Amino acid sequence: MLTQLKDQLVAGSSEEYLQKLFDKIEHSSLNAFTTLAKDSALARAREFDRKPWQGLLAGIPIAIKECISTQGIETTCSSKILKGYVPPYDAHVVERLKAEGAIVMGKTNMDEFAMGTSTETSCFGPTRNPWDLGTVPGGSSGGSAAAVAGGEAPCALGSDTGGSVRCPASFCGIVGLKPTYGLVSRYGLIAYANSLEQIGPLTNTVEDTALLMEIIAGHDWRDTTSAEKGSYIPGLKNGIRGLKIGIPKEYFGEGVDKKVEKAIWDAISTLESLGAAWKEVSLPHTRYALAAYYVIAMSEASSNLARFDGLRYGLRKDEDQDWHTTYSEIRAEGFGPEVKRRILLGTYALSAGYYGRYYLKALKVRTLIKDDFLRAFNDVDIIAGPTMPIPAFRIGERINDPLSLYLADVFTVPINLAGVPAVSLPCGFSGRLPIGLQLIGKHFQEDLLLRAAHAFEEATPFHLKRPEAV
Amino acid sequence: MITREDVEHISWLASIKISDEEKEKFVDQFNSILEYFHQLDEVDTEGIEPTYRVVDLANVFRDDVACKSLTHEEALKNAPKTENGYFKSPRIV
Repeated sequence: MLTQLKDQLVAGSSEEYLQKLFDKIEHSSLNAFTTLAKDSALARAREFDRKPWQGLLAGIPIAIKECISTQGIETTCSSKILKGYVPPYDAHVVERLKAEGAIVMGKTNMDEFAMGTSTETSCFGPTRNPWDLGTVPGGSSGGSAAAVAGGEAPCALGSDTGGSVRCPASFCGIVGLKPTYGLVSRYGLIAYANSLEQIGPLTNTVEDTALLMEIIAGHDWRDTTSAEKGSYIPGLKNGIRGLKIGIPKEYFGEGVDKKVEKAIWDAISTLESLGAAWKEVSLPHTRYALAAYYVIAMSEASSNLARFDGLRYGLRKDEDQDWHTTYSEIRAEGFGPEVKRRILLGTYALSAGYYGRYYLKALKVRTLIKDDFLRAFNDVDIIAGPTMPIPAFRIGERINDPLSLYLADVFTVPINLAGVPAVSLPCGFSGRLPIGLQLIGKHFQEDLLLRAAHAFEEATPFHLKRPEAV
Repeated sequence: MITREDVEHISWLASIKISDEEKEKFVDQFNSILEYFHQLDEVDTEGIEPTYRVVDLANVFRDDVACKSLTHEEALKNAPKTENGYFKSPRIV
């Protein structure tokens, strides 16, 4: 879709296209965007119309999640503590997008500091799901997913620490990829849990995701964990004859919605009809992944979010008292309840006497979870299952019971713990609400993963259906 | 079991002031979340190494040469309080 759009923009007008998107967003009830970069984006589009430039995304607008730094555009992580913060530099991924001719159109809503599964913890209020305005879009990259699904942006970037790209992709019926840990530079991504998170694309089609990966993946000296990129477009259409797919028995049964389960089995039959073969595999430590994930993520968050002190950026009180009081009051006012919960629990897990019981124990369980995947991948090429155990839930339904929200992440967090790549793509509906198929690959095998996803997409109609005007 | 005093102590460690109302709520919520975390105790991790990071890292070296960085003005632009070209902190001692 993006490649065709590029041709249309060269033949027509990037400014006109962008203006239409801005008009739509201003009359929208989704609340997908937090800040629109109207002046800079329209000026850039006008330049493009006068003298089109080359590039993989030449003239194409893109929406960027609130936690990814954009030079000159407010970036708050949807938190009151960062209101007014305007980064003086671009994240690596944003530099790369601009180098390929893309136009940053604005920032998208998210759960505060990416801590959530519903985009309800944002200080800008909840984003709504374009398929049903009473339900959540998923989270934490809910604004990016709703914008793409609702036709308010042709593509977007999100970030995925425990499912934050794949969950909203699943709930909004679009494609979302969590790359292998290290494939995309985190330079300029405001950290929540840095050993788990990756920036990833949210798009209408698998080909669009492959295109964005060609741009954002690859080594960057400013992120010492970043690795060399592969190649995602050339082999995309090679089909999946002979592909061996593992179906983890732990990803079905109790807690999984019946309609979700049926849609996933139908998807497996489709993959089989395309020449793949499937067999059951076991990921025996799946049931411990949530606890291990939350202990690790909260511990890392307690350390990463210590930087928000009102000194270099962000909220500050008029009157200063002593250092500790000032700092504690700024943080009391600036952080929302979920962020406070995670920082406090993380602090507890790392505090004297509890480090071994919680943090170190969780890191050891992480080893077992990673080993589960490595063992399964001895026998199969990719693993398939549901992205989320349920379709999108109602706004307000779970927000007052944090644990019930955490439990929805059961099939997404193991992937971040193991650092493997996974993509969510639409595979059916439960009533009006989309269902997402999750395909999981070996480290750095995004090429194979996207090839399988593309073959499935070509054989099914789900990505063609879009929500009615909202 | 986490007590009200524990929550007060953690909030002091984390430098986040919390209200009495929050304390009540957090005691209950933390206990139910920690109870969920305790299922990790069931896992036998004898002899298992912890995983701090999932991909192997090698030391990254570079020459010690100055390169372009933020200007003084850019670095201070987002600071709520500055004085004489410095960040202004609350009193520390």
